[in-house]
Amino acid sequence: MSLLTVTDLKVSYGGIEALKSISFDVRKGQIVTLIGANGAGKSTTLRAISGLVPVIGGSINFDGREITSLDTSKIVSEGIVMVPEGRKVFPNLSVLENLKIGAYLRTNADEISASIEYVYERFPRLKERHWQMAGTLSGGEQQMLAVGRALMARPKLLMMDEPSLGLAPLVVKDIFRIIHRLRDEGITILLIEQNANAALRAADYGYVLETGRITMEGEGATLLNDPKVRDAYLGHAKGKKSSEPEVK
Amino acid sequence: MKTNKLSWMIAFVLLALMFAGLYVLEQTLPPTTMLFTILKKSVIYALIAVSMNLLNGFTGLFSLGQAGFMVVGAYTFAILTIPVQHRAMVYQYYDGGIVQFALPAALGILAAGAVAAVFAFLVGLPVLRLKSDYLAIATLGFAEIIRAFIQYEGLGPLTNGSNLLRRFPTFTGIIPPFAIVAFCIFIIVMLIHSTYGRALKAIRDDETAAEAMGINLFFHKQLSFVISSFFAGVAGALLAMYQGSIQAASFKSSMTYEILLIVVIGGMGSISGSILASFLFIASSEWWLRFLDNELFIGTFKVPLLRSGFRVVVFSVIIMAVVLFYRRGIMGDREFNLRFLTRGRSKAKERKNG
Repeated sequence: MSLLTVTDLKVSYGGIEALKSISFDVRKGQIVTLIGANGAGKSTTLRAISGLVPVIGGSINFDGREITSLDTSKIVSEGIVMVPEGRKVFPNLSVLENLKIGAYLRTNADEISASIEYVYERFPRLKERHWQMAGTLSGGEQQMLAVGRALMARPKLLMMDEPSLGLAPLVVKDIFRIIHRLRDEGITILLIEQNANAALRAADYGYVLETGRITMEGEGATLLNDPKVRDAYLGHAKGKKSSEPEVK
Repeated sequence: MKTNKLSWMIAFVLLALMFAGLYVLEQTLPPTTMLFTILKKSVIYALIAVSMNLLNGFTGLFSLGQAGFMVVGAYTFAILTIPVQHRAMVYQYYDGGIVQFALPAALGILAAGAVAAVFAFLVGLPVLRLKSDYLAIATLGFAEIIRAFIQYEGLGPLTNGSNLLRRFPTFTGIIPPFAIVAFCIFIIVMLIHSTYGRALKAIRDDETAAEAMGINLFFHKQLSFVISSFFAGVAGALLAMYQGSIQAASFKSSMTYEILLIVVIGGMGSISGSILASFLFIASSEWWLRFLDNELFIGTFKVPLLRSGFRVVVFSVIIMAVVLFYRRGIMGDREFNLRFLTRGRSKAKERKNG
């Protein structure tokens, strides 16, 4: 059953069509990824779903409700929360304050404390550093904080914009482990990545976005083995044998 | 949590001690002492600086409209509180003016804040959609326009045109301004520690991320702008009471710059920094450096450089030195509280051991 259905979504910035008409589905309980090159419209798609950029056509349906052009605060309350690109934690607020901002639209203090404990349980490092200014954390810790902050809003759908960007390979592994764990706990995940290899490995289903259009779709493993995808996004130049051992 | 409670208790004890000290001073020193003048002006500037810090330091909105909201507050207060029997004299060119009633001073102060807040709301609607420099220019423009507007002849029956407004209530002692400012700053501190305050700081740190968390940017900016202007209006009223007479022409943009200077020197994002800097700024600019303006002879030797105006030169050098050595202001974004004191001690310990 699909949690999020995007139909013929169109977005343009100052006369340039960033999204020409894209349609896709995100099924409940899955990790779905949008892959594509720089400027293909991945971030724009997430921003449009979050209500951060105006939609000029098409519709976005979430959990049976039409959410196209709602205010971001309404969309967050509905259960769609974004982890922005480049982490974007609040550097001059403490880790704890960052988490509390994530629960901004919630009012029940007891439930919020319970959520803080829930996040601390998953990210013990954040508990250790709860008093520290977020700007002094390492990149990986900031990414954990960004995820933790998003979890504070109790999302049904967590949208992650390039979570592996600028992180060391070991940390990237950690992040993907966390993404899987969240999926197993029932949170649906929409992931966009330039690191197509890692994203398709992690994902249950994937879409390929090219200059504002969806050109391919399929299960993560299927796309991963598709020669066209391999050529364009997985760094396998034409002529190389596909039997070559993959770098892990 | 425990240290939090302790901090509040200590704050209240210090406040009580301060008021006791002020009371003793008032009983022992003659009321015309320079000290009282300086303290009164400083405490009023402290409120303006804190209100500006709420906007510039905590919300990240670079606004230069403070003098504009102060003049609105000062005029609202004066117009509403001049006793009816004095109006004929004050408004001598306008047949006693059109307002023929007088409110008690406390209500006048509240009205000053409220009117400034209404102006802020209206100005904020278009202006808060602008960013950084543009916002600064637009708010500065507002402050200049409102000052000119108040002096407009056609408004004479209300504002007395470009003439002085006077004969309104003034302070009878030093306790009232301190009490009012302490109460106002207390409210601002409560706001900053609330969920709203946290949202403001989030907007300051990263607008995009704050918006993605569901924080309504415009609402919170407007909230901060209106509240900041409310207190600027109250401070305007207090300044009127302190001066005894007001004239729109004196609320120049240089006043805003002075306050901005205080905020920067104290530390953007530090309430105690703004308060501390206000007292230091006013005391040094108006009192401690006065001696530099007078020629001084030691025996027959005339000390060089000392002459009228030299005070300003020295003061500017001091400010440059402060800005050079305390890039983020005296307090940075820390507050003078229990944690600040204990952290200072543990740092000293570290230095000793290391």
